[in-house]
Amino acid sequence: MGYTRRNSKIDWWMVGLYTALVCFGWVNIYSASLTEAQSLLDLNEIYGKQLLWILLSVVLIVFILAVESKFYERFSSLIYLFALVALLGLYAFGQTINGATSWYSFGGFSLQPSEFAKTATALALGKFVGDIQTNIKQWQDQWKSILIIGLPALLIIPQPDPGSALVYAAFILPLYREGLNYLFLSFAVALGLLFVGTLLLEVNGMLIVLLVLVMGYLWWQKRNRHRIKWGRLFVTWAMAIGFVYSVNYVFHSVFEQRHRDRINLVLGKAVDSNSIGYNTHQSEIAIGSGRWWGKGWLQGTQTKGNFVPEQHTDYIFSTVGEEWGFMGSTFLIMLFVALILRVLYRAEKQKSIFGRVYGYSVASIIFLHFFVNIGMVIGLLPTVGIPLPLISYGGSGLWGFTILLFIFIKLDSANYVNIS
Amino acid sequence: MRKNLLFVLVLMVGLIFIGRLFYLQIYDSSYAKLSDNNAIRTVFDYPQRGYIYDRNGVLMVANQPSYDVMVIPRNMKALDTTEFCSLLNLTKEKFISAINRAKRYSPNLPSVVVAQLTKSEFAGLSEKMYKYQGFYIQKRSLRDYQVNHSSNVLGYVSEVNDYTIKMNPEYQMGELIGAAGVEKQYERILRGQKGIKYLQKDNFNRDIGPYKNGAFDVPSQRGTDITLTIDSQLQAYGESLMVNKRGGIVALDPKNGEILALVAAPNYDPALLVGRKRSKNFTKLYYDTIAKPLFDRVLQGEYPPGSPFKTLTALVALEEKVITPSDYVSCYGSYNYGGAKPMGCHEHQTPLSLTGGIAHSCNSYFASAYRKTIDKYPTPQEGIERWRQHLRSFGLGDYLGYDLPAGNKGLIPDADFYNRYYQYPKYRWYTPATISNAIGQGEVLLTPMQMVHFTSVIANRGHFYTPHIIKKIGLTDSIPKRYTTRQNTTIDPKHFDPIIEGMADVYRYGTASKPFIGIPGIEICGKTGTAENYIKLDGKRMQLTDHSVFISFAPKEDPKIALAVFVENGYWGSRWAGRIAGLMTEKYLRDSISRKDMERYVLGGSLMNEYEKPYSGKPFKINQ
Repeated sequence: MGYTRRNSKIDWWMVGLYTALVCFGWVNIYSASLTEAQSLLDLNEIYGKQLLWILLSVVLIVFILAVESKFYERFSSLIYLFALVALLGLYAFGQTINGATSWYSFGGFSLQPSEFAKTATALALGKFVGDIQTNIKQWQDQWKSILIIGLPALLIIPQPDPGSALVYAAFILPLYREGLNYLFLSFAVALGLLFVGTLLLEVNGMLIVLLVLVMGYLWWQKRNRHRIKWGRLFVTWAMAIGFVYSVNYVFHSVFEQRHRDRINLVLGKAVDSNSIGYNTHQSEIAIGSGRWWGKGWLQGTQTKGNFVPEQHTDYIFSTVGEEWGFMGSTFLIMLFVALILRVLYRAEKQKSIFGRVYGYSVASIIFLHFFVNIGMVIGLLPTVGIPLPLISYGGSGLWGFTILLFIFIKLDSANYVNIS
Repeated sequence: MRKNLLFVLVLMVGLIFIGRLFYLQIYDSSYAKLSDNNAIRTVFDYPQRGYIYDRNGVLMVANQPSYDVMVIPRNMKALDTTEFCSLLNLTKEKFISAINRAKRYSPNLPSVVVAQLTKSEFAGLSEKMYKYQGFYIQKRSLRDYQVNHSSNVLGYVSEVNDYTIKMNPEYQMGELIGAAGVEKQYERILRGQKGIKYLQKDNFNRDIGPYKNGAFDVPSQRGTDITLTIDSQLQAYGESLMVNKRGGIVALDPKNGEILALVAAPNYDPALLVGRKRSKNFTKLYYDTIAKPLFDRVLQGEYPPGSPFKTLTALVALEEKVITPSDYVSCYGSYNYGGAKPMGCHEHQTPLSLTGGIAHSCNSYFASAYRKTIDKYPTPQEGIERWRQHLRSFGLGDYLGYDLPAGNKGLIPDADFYNRYYQYPKYRWYTPATISNAIGQGEVLLTPMQMVHFTSVIANRGHFYTPHIIKKIGLTDSIPKRYTTRQNTTIDPKHFDPIIEGMADVYRYGTASKPFIGIPGIEICGKTGTAENYIKLDGKRMQLTDHSVFISFAPKEDPKIALAVFVENGYWGSRWAGRIAGLMTEKYLRDSISRKDMERYVLGGSLMNEYEKPYSGKPFKINQ
């Protein structure tokens, strides 16, 4: 008999980083939404509501940690099904806010099920991949896992909330970690390159590039005296050309003008003469005016002047940049990097595949949000409406990420117990 | 490799972000300067609202410049209040209360001190503004109406209220928003996008030009123009015909559902709701609770439709195969359905077939057809539901889905309605209890918009397009698909022929033939209506003079215009509504009027004394 620890061990690194992010987030929401000093728990004000959500998160955390850790694995399928039903139910009972039918409304508060569906999907994916019979290297299982990921995303797209659906792309990373063929990842990267390339060089330019690539390949194989795989080469080449031609169609017929504008802007193809990039431009000014140390809390003139729209939700990082300067915003980025790396580190330490896949999913989801949101606010990526985890205003988002992270903290704590 | 990919990715992204932040915050100092209050003034550049045109390209609504004096309380410095007040032409008390209100709203955001200065006031003020820190002049554009009609269609623009600002953070205090009519419906399109200008200031707080030649400015984007389906001339003519009457006229093009005219009477000049007199005028219109000029009678008024509804009764009966066009029904002045008092009818020849029934508007004919329809089913509940289902396929009893932000559902009662009313199952009710529905009285209520809508369904022999007022957005013809999708009713197209024939007979020998109120040379199909109505005044129910109702479409073989005319308390249908319908038809199809006699009659007629009767406090007689 080996030594068994009685008490489970909670990873205080993750808890500490979580707490730091949430507190820092609220401080900035307070600044971004404050019109006049009032009581902190004024439920008519945004910061008051958020404070209530944060306090309730503590209760939520206690619950999550109190539940037996086996529960999450055992009931993952049920939780996943419940999430799907909740997403489906939106089509019948959903409430429309800002043009998207993504909310259930209870009295004065509304809940956004897509924020919780991420956790459910991560659990289900962990359970499926962790199953003894699953071999992610086989194509049947690959398609099944893609189905698990894709179903909620497909339900979210028509709400319409393409931003939230995009987050599901993050699940490719844990699958890749578990042995998904690198072809999937390189296929995705190739598609992305072809898409951007076609927009930049037009179809004809891209065809020339493809031709050069093929010639290069042939030359390389000849030089190294490898056999040339004509069949594969032809199929790949034909698919690439087909995709290049479809890009034009998708770009001009499927995308809406605002999508086209955003992409063109970031690619540098369009000069911003029509104030398409108003939000990004204003948030760049706000961030840029922060200099080294920022203007100080509650002192941001851009923030106070309401120049940046949605600055308590998707554009909250602009307030951070303006009021806390380079130091503060770099600090926030480091907090995020530290949290994600810590989650990854603990994920690698998991004994069960379930735990590892779940941990990886948590890290990937937080990473994707972090990447897309801050990338957008500082003008590196096109505008996509997704929040900054734990920082942006929104009860559903906060709860969603709290549940996502603390289930992992619970799983991780139980991981120690099994050491024998 | 597999284990490290995400690690590396996260670190890389973190480094790229920090690098970008270094560029924005430390390396490039121009961003920092932009938000510096003492060196740079940031002003919003408000776009012009999109113009509104009529179907023939006539400009209906344009813009005029206007200037607001704004304040950001936080930036205020000590100032010579007396001098400033005299410049602004304002009393000291008003000035102080405006400043206090601004402080309450927000110390950091701009608020309006004086709204909508005239050009000359602006010229005198602009040179001296630099003396008053924290104050500046904001240019906006106000509506400039090119027409003095169509206020119910165009709507108006007003300052955003606190609620809207809270719900839509893109609006700020003092900004304008479409608050009714087309202005509200197409706000997002008309509004454009506001821009931002950065002006360099000297140390006397004077603007000395754009910062860095405007490199950081975000230009405003002008709102998109829209073209309406309204015919401005026809609309103006309709409004002139409705002077001194209450009610409305709606004209549709049955071929595509375009609204040609939407006249609500009484109406007001849209220019009343622009400029500094706006709020005074608005209050006056708003508190006129008797004439209710802000109440759009054609979209919101729910009236008993009266006899035009008989066409629908007949169509449902034909579809249910309980009557045929060649069945004759006798009528000896009344229809006895077993009630306390038989349903009265007027003098006409007897017996009548369907076409004759419509032409002479025989109550007995349609009461019997309605009764047969309902009684075809084992219980009156099932019968009513079936009848309602047919009417619902016309879109009646619900919002029609047109693109104007006002309207009412009307009422097509269902079985539950009568069950509740008669306390079923404690008491039972049978078809005769609902018999008045047959002739458009009873419980049925329709808006004039719904009436013209079913008229255009008849003109089309069973299909329709959702009525709409948008013709073009910008320069493209593309309007939402729901307005170009053909929809069908549950009635077989073949059943419409006898109805249309009957409506033509209305002019040939029926209720619109003596006196003849048609237009020589144009074959119009119409149907008169005389709708009994009651009001409750001080808790007392009283009957008022009947409403004069008329529906029509023309020309018969190739319908180009469908009309519904409703004249409150105008007595019988052909007296006012029928004549107005004829005049409108000719105006639209020929652009000239041959029936000058009819035009004189309508233009000279007034119903004002009729409207005063119930409020005079004296006993009065109706239907005189």
